[in-house]
Amino acid sequence: MSTLEDVKPTPVTLGGTRGGPAVRTLRRDRWWVSPAVTVGVLTAFVAYATWAAFQNANYYVGAAMHRDLISPFYSPCLAESCVPGSHPGFVITWWTISPAILILIFPLGFRLTCYYYRKAYYRGFWQSPPACGVADGHASYSGETRFPLILQNVHRYFFLFGLVFNVILTIDAVMAFRMPGEGIGVSLGTLVLCVNAALLWIYTLSCHACRHLCGGNLDKFSKHPIRHRIWKTLSPLNARHMLFAWMSLIFVALTDLYVRLVASGVFHDPKLF
Amino acid sequence: MAELTMRIWRGDPAGGDFIDYRIPEVEGEVVLDVIHRIQAGPAPDLACRWNCKAGKCGSCSAEINGRPRLMCMTRMDTLPTDQPVTVAPMRTFPIIRDLVTDVSFNYVMARQVPPFRPATSGLDGSFRMAQVDVDRGQEFRKCIECFLCQDVCHVIRDHEENKARYSGPRWFIRFMELESHPLDTNDRRELLRQRMGLGMCNITKCCTEVCPEHIKITDNAIIPLKERVVDAAYDPVAWLGRKILRRSKRSAAEALADAPSYAAPTAEDLASRKSATGPSAASPSAASPSAAGPSAAGPA
Ligand code: SF4
Ligand code: SF4
Ligand code: FES
Ligand code: FES
Repeated sequence: MSTLEDVKPTPVTLGGTRGGPAVRTLRRDRWWVSPAVTVGVLTAFVAYATWAAFQNANYYVGAAMHRDLISPFYSPCLAESCVPGSHPGFVITWWTISPAILILIFPLGFRLTCYYYRKAYYRGFWQSPPACGVADGHASYSGETRFPLILQNVHRYFFLFGLVFNVILTIDAVMAFRMPGEGIGVSLGTLVLCVNAALLWIYTLSCHACRHLCGGNLDKFSKHPIRHRIWKTLSPLNARHMLFAWMSLIFVALTDLYVRLVASGVFHDPKLF
Repeated sequence: MAELTMRIWRGDPAGGDFIDYRIPEVEGEVVLDVIHRIQAGPAPDLACRWNCKAGKCGSCSAEINGRPRLMCMTRMDTLPTDQPVTVAPMRTFPIIRDLVTDVSFNYVMARQVPPFRPATSGLDGSFRMAQVDVDRGQEFRKCIECFLCQDVCHVIRDHEENKARYSGPRWFIRFMELESHPLDTNDRRELLRQRMGLGMCNITKCCTEVCPEHIKITDNAIIPLKERVVDAAYDPVAWLGRKILRRSKRSAAEALADAPSYAAPTAEDLASRKSATGPSAASPSAASPSAAGPSAAGPA
């Protein structure tokens, strides 16, 4: 790593009187609506996800109900305590609390370091800044240059873990076509799991780190036609990353809710064909 | 005829206040038209910068109802006229008078961008680029240097002290254009990390929101640069890859030696040279057009 310490920067003249009144903002539109909605939805999601993760029950609809549906919060279910049928070939024996806690750290880290969610919570929760042209509420500011925020730079690793989880949740969706005792079919639950997996794929593939690793890090597109093509395909998805972030976030919670309601016997998962 | 109230900041470094001007409403006007009518009527001494009235020169930046915008591209019929329309100077830069601010900070930062440094040319002395590579940087060349993005960026808008180590969104797009240039040989990533404040940006996207040229500053320049800095400084796998593969670009310290700030005079240089008149040592480095612009010395 090169050091730049021996090179003197051009001095910047600081200070000077600023124009305009010393007020927080001159905006008169309802700039606070968007950060408030962000705070509301994210808080609701975190509250629901925490509650659901600690339930340690009703996350799997198994052969007794002629279904194979698992909540995305609990998949892969790796602990020994996982209900029969819900876990893959191996189990982790030393884990005794809810199996959701064991794995949720990955999707949590993925979303927490996501460039879009960073914008959302920096604006909504940290008020830095709450909206454009509205003063941020902090005396000093160092952005993402120091601990802990410098850790945001690991996002690409969470992206790679995200891919692994997408594969697992896709397998879950495929498994949901199996109806033990009834053969193969499609139920509402199957569709819910499929849509959930699809949204997660779109969210993950529209990730900025993905766009970089697939082709954005190149300087000569002309020398790498295939990677350039991938980059060109991903770019329009990437431009809608915010939309996919919200859609997949909300749908993941709804998927868990659906499985939870079926598993707890509130209603039966209707078979469509 | 209906009347509207324009609430305009009048003042200079000694202080100022909003003054209300009542003026008849005229159909089809932009904010700059109304400012001109105020200059032609009640306030001939109202200072404002403008040039093209077509959203192309980037002179008429101001804050209209609290939002950084071009006065010539803001139609009056998009603003509620039942309340006064406030027009204030850009908040981030020192005021000169009324709506005119001293934007020399931006030129100081421009001179710190190590310019384009091509690899050796082909046998016939020419440089060739494929069209796909040419296309990539075009978006960034649309910039009209209105500095609205610099104005709205909270890193310096709300924290004056950060100006000394923050080049800002306008220069991040320039950095991205150069960093992703197929012929360029400078590696500016460590410079971005250590000196230009790329890590200070928290990607809250206000620059993208205000850019009148609709440049996707955050998505297409800042985030890709952040990812490139991760390659250079934070990702052990990418670091290992660099150790194995031969480095092909010049290091940040070498690149920095190219920056025009070490050839072109700063405002302070000029002031000190005025007293000790000697031969001008400034070699014209025109690689970065704005760096050699006439306003580089500031309005002093
Ligand atoms: S995205 Fe970054 S550069 Fe743009 S306004 Fe926000 S903090 Fe500033
Ligand atoms: S990037 Fe956009 S907002 Fe910033 S100076 Fe250029 S045209 Fe203006
Ligand atoms: S998942 Fe949002 S940027 Fe990577
Ligand atoms: S006057 Fe040129 S951009 Fe507005």
